[in-house]
Amino acid sequence: MSLISLKDVKFSYDKTNPAVDGVSFNVEKGEYIAVIGHNGSGKSTLARLINGLLSPDEGEIYVDDIKVGDKKTVFEVRKRVGVVFQNPDNQLVASIVEDDVAFGPENLGIPRKEIGERIDFALDAVGMQDFRKSSPTRLSGGQKQRVAIAGVLALKPQILILDESTAMLDPKGRKEVLSVVKKLNKEQAVTVLAITHYMEEVVDADRVIVLDSGKIVMQDTPREIFKREKELKEIGLELPLASYIANKMRKNGIELPEGVLTEQELSEALCK
Amino acid sequence: MKEMTFGQYYPTNSPVHKMNASVKILLVIAYIVAVFMVDYYHFLGLLACLFAIVIATVIARVPFGRMLKSIKGVIFLVVFSAVLQVFFNKQGTPLWEGGFITDEGLLTAGFITMRIVLIVLGASLLTLTTSPVELADGIEFLLYPLKYIKFPVHEFALIMSIALRFIPTLLEETDRIIKAQKARGANFESGNIFKRAKALIPVLIPLLISSFRRADELADAMDARCYAGSKVRTKYKKTTFGLGDLFGLLFFAGLIVGVVYLNGFYLYPYLVA
Amino acid sequence: MQIVAKDLTYIYSEKSKSLAVRAVDGVTLTIDEGEFFGIVGRTGSGKSTFVQHLNGLIKVGKDKGSLKIGEFDLTDKDCDFMALRSKVGMVFQYPEAQLFAETVFDDVAFGLKNFYPELSPEETTERVKTALTLVGLNYEEVKEKSPFELSGGQKRRVAIAGVIVTRPEVLVLDEPAAGLDPVGKRDFIRLLKELHKTFVKTIIIVSHDMNLVSENCSRAVVFDKGKIALSGTPKEIFSDAKKVAELGLDLPVTAKLTNDLKDKGIIIDSDLTTDDFIQKYLRAVKDKGGAL
Repeated sequence: MSLISLKDVKFSYDKTNPAVDGVSFNVEKGEYIAVIGHNGSGKSTLARLINGLLSPDEGEIYVDDIKVGDKKTVFEVRKRVGVVFQNPDNQLVASIVEDDVAFGPENLGIPRKEIGERIDFALDAVGMQDFRKSSPTRLSGGQKQRVAIAGVLALKPQILILDESTAMLDPKGRKEVLSVVKKLNKEQAVTVLAITHYMEEVVDADRVIVLDSGKIVMQDTPREIFKREKELKEIGLELPLASYIANKMRKNGIELPEGVLTEQELSEALCK
Repeated sequence: MKEMTFGQYYPTNSPVHKMNASVKILLVIAYIVAVFMVDYYHFLGLLACLFAIVIATVIARVPFGRMLKSIKGVIFLVVFSAVLQVFFNKQGTPLWEGGFITDEGLLTAGFITMRIVLIVLGASLLTLTTSPVELADGIEFLLYPLKYIKFPVHEFALIMSIALRFIPTLLEETDRIIKAQKARGANFESGNIFKRAKALIPVLIPLLISSFRRADELADAMDARCYAGSKVRTKYKKTTFGLGDLFGLLFFAGLIVGVVYLNGFYLYPYLVA
Repeated sequence: MQIVAKDLTYIYSEKSKSLAVRAVDGVTLTIDEGEFFGIVGRTGSGKSTFVQHLNGLIKVGKDKGSLKIGEFDLTDKDCDFMALRSKVGMVFQYPEAQLFAETVFDDVAFGLKNFYPELSPEETTERVKTALTLVGLNYEEVKEKSPFELSGGQKRRVAIAGVIVTRPEVLVLDEPAAGLDPVGKRDFIRLLKELHKTFVKTIIIVSHDMNLVSENCSRAVVFDKGKIALSGTPKEIFSDAKKVAELGLDLPVTAKLTNDLKDKGIIIDSDLTTDDFIQKYLRAVKDKGGAL
């Protein structure tokens, strides 16, 4: 069975306008999935449903064969699904980095010695060991988000959900966070579900899920998704800049392969 | 700015800094009790307290300048109570024929001034050598017995530590909103008190709204990290009791004994003789 | 209004030796009326501190250089900062955070009433209506609404309306597109370009997005450690890839492509906007007799 599986999930905040409207998909272990959609398309609601912060009105969600939404299993689910949110300032609990990373394991009642080991592991994984005793207020946005990731990793999750975790960061911070996440996905086999509206962050994903008005409207590899410029535009999305320029050049009669995704690819195609 | 610090923690690696925060809080309470135990006009007892706090400051490697700075905050209180005593204390003998300043007035003024200064010095040594986080942990530990009368010690401690964590964030945000409203012509500097209070509305409302949003998001983030109250919770931070703590306890126990002993010497007759 | 800064310096915590930071360090810069000007640089490079001088949120210190904006001499003690602030609008990052009033109308009118308390109600209504229309909102539809029930993009527009309601000639925006989704961002840039055709003669944007700068700005400066490290047109600034990387910045996609093509002997002399780049590329390939 898949690591995450959603079956016809519906959810509404006000019982009239559905935020998530009949969504079904599966995620396999080790996958890197990107979820895109304009603001208000339901993508953040999805994150909250998968780790049980919200319960679906209809349909079923399973994580590692555990049904999400039961009161009894809620911690079993949250142990497996870590979420890093958008605002780095609003998810750190403690005034010292290591205390913050300890928060999750403390909640689970893990013995002190093991908490220490988990802090070591988590801070090493995000490259923040040197800031162990620092106060988060003195860190940059990117560093704060890395600490937030460490706080989640200390729970040893199988799945990491990034709920627009790079939206408030500068380009440097965004790169830091993305490279940490990619490393976790490759080296620790952490399954990643990255919710974003930076198209450039999507191009390396194994699969992209496109949401509009709470429904999945496309689901494919990035290369296939970004061939559908017109459809994306209709639902408030754009191409990565390199793809956009490539398409524009093609319209001007310049011969280029279809499905160019990155600057690198465009540059190589032009320099041929 | 990022450099903004609050509280007045002065980090050094001294034995006093390494002491258990709960013990330090207890010692400061003991010290304040000692200061109050000194009988009126028994300046020797106060000198003993001063001696104790000076030694503690030296061991803590906190500059005396930093300690004196803390007195600045209470200077008004000190001067006010001293003036009150000097001019309105009618007991004792007047210093000159028909004068309104009495010897007792002067002595009381001096005594009260020293007492306030000593208490402030003690409290600041605590905050200078203990970070706000350690203080919160220390208080939590001391409140622990209250658990048995169903006082939510853990929740109380968590609220304290979250408040500490968010003070710098909220200060930064306040600064940003004030600037944004100033740019829209808001005036916070002139007008009478009502006008000024009204001028704060465009700052307070956005601040309130953003605080609610922050609280909401923080609650989600805590839930997502398996927070479930104090039921199964363990604690990563160890509470230790070291040699320094033992030494501190003995030192201040000695101080109290000393004060009681010195209370036996009544200096006043020698002073006026 | 022309902006002329000479040797402008600002030091945080100047009195403390250990904490003192020269956030702005001898900046000399002229921004002409009519420019769409970009200010870039890594976080903490001093660009925010610099722009906060432009409407007197940070005052020019004694012996800290000079700053003139049109008629206003900001070094002068008697400078009328209220008048200045009505002429130099400042839009902070995530400006929707400054909304506070019960209705959109009241919020937009806030600045107007502060700057021009003598204005008649009719005049006020007229100006608020103009401002809301300019930012692309339907006045009748939103005026009575609470700003807090609007969508994110609408909130941001209301916040901008609250700044342009005083008809500033200079508009400074800090990271204007932050947090918007792709289409929201594109619409917003379009809005800025529309505003640039009105009474807002000069637009200054502070941004981390080099593509946004190369696509829209006539000129830009790069701040580094409080100093201006590079200045000129986007083409001039992004011509030295090594230097740009040293300053902690990315290259816009067009500049990157220009460099890569140059290595292959194809010289493309564009102003780095996408359209111009494509045109110049076509021409360069044609000149080389390449097959299209």
